[in-house]
Amino acid sequence: MKTDALIAMLARGPIAASGPGPVPRLALAAAAGLLIAAVAMVAALGLRSDLATAAMLPMFWLKLALPLVVVAASLAASSRLARPGDTAIGAGVVIAAAVLAVWAMAARDLSVVPAGARIAAVVGQSAGSCVAGIATLSLPLMAALLLAMRELAPTRPVLAGAAAGALAGGGAAGVYALHCTEMAAPFLATWYVLGMAIPAAAGAWLGPRLLRWT
Amino acid sequence: MTPLPNYRADLNDVEDELKAAMLAALAGDNRAYAEFLRRCSLHLRAYFRRRLSAFPDDVEDLVQDTLLALHNQRQTWRPTQRLTPWLYAIARYKLIDLLRSRSPRRAVEVVLDEESADAALIDQDALAQEARRDLLKLLALLPERHRLPIVLVKIEGRSVAEAAQQTGMSESAVKIGIHRGMKSLAAHAAARA
Repeated sequence: MKTDALIAMLARGPIAASGPGPVPRLALAAAAGLLIAAVAMVAALGLRSDLATAAMLPMFWLKLALPLVVVAASLAASSRLARPGDTAIGAGVVIAAAVLAVWAMAARDLSVVPAGARIAAVVGQSAGSCVAGIATLSLPLMAALLLAMRELAPTRPVLAGAAAGALAGGGAAGVYALHCTEMAAPFLATWYVLGMAIPAAAGAWLGPRLLRWT
Repeated sequence: MTPLPNYRADLNDVEDELKAAMLAALAGDNRAYAEFLRRCSLHLRAYFRRRLSAFPDDVEDLVQDTLLALHNQRQTWRPTQRLTPWLYAIARYKLIDLLRSRSPRRAVEVVLDEESADAALIDQDALAQEARRDLLKLLALLPERHRLPIVLVKIEGRSVAEAAQQTGMSESAVKIGIHRGMKSLAAHAAARA
């Protein structure tokens, strides 16, 4: 077909865009994935039994704040990277700053712990189940987000996948925080960050493989 | 003498024009949309030709492929966003797709080149704009009988016959106008340099 004929054909039909934009699509997918993750957490792990009293403590909210910042920034990044021609450097800076702030708090806390007890302070009681729990709970979010992103047009699939993965990891960490009873900054700085980094890395790997469009 | 049609428009920023056409198109103007796609096809052809010197036969297919992608993905462009980065992001995606199927190594090279070339691309745009502005200034110094033939024939690419018809000048007057005009343009440019 000649290019002019193609143009004439494309320009013949209705042009106005239809369907929801990228932000509603991705937010809807995130909400659906988050709901599944929350139900799975309550069913398989259970809410922490002292939730009402824990909610009085600042550390409880800090443990939620880190995932929430990651969720907000990576939702913004995902919706930008799901469309051609936009970058998401700002969101990356926000996530890096949040992680650095938590690391700084952890370093401050560790500096007053005797040298022999530092490793115990980092490992806490549930390091392994924390990382595994966050990574597992991120799966429904990851699936929903990548499916939604396939309907859009990411031109940098590695970054778009990483943003979707970070969003999945942040959501999963927020849900897991309602189960987990660890209340120390060094624990949060290590295992929550690792738990969120795993889905982000998985998303970066999956992006170029799954996010193809024409 | 007729005024110059489209001349001003040609000198406007590509971004503004494409954006205006796209906005009109999204508001339901099918002719603006056809014009938008036609303009995009010119930019895309130039973009792919430069980068597909090894596969010249693929250029037109890729232009069509990308036009189709622009069309399918038109809802991913937001009016608050610049249009040319959107257009070239899609073009680059399509180019890498094609190169990956032809030769994986070239695709990697394009990705790396493009990452560093984004800044250079902007510089070239700016330089081209400046050059156009300079040309405008120099052209303004010429008398009408020299300026019109140069604009119509050398810039807009019309034939001498068309230019003659449009301006009401004879063909030989157009030719002489171009010849003398180019000479004095060169003299002005040399004086400024």
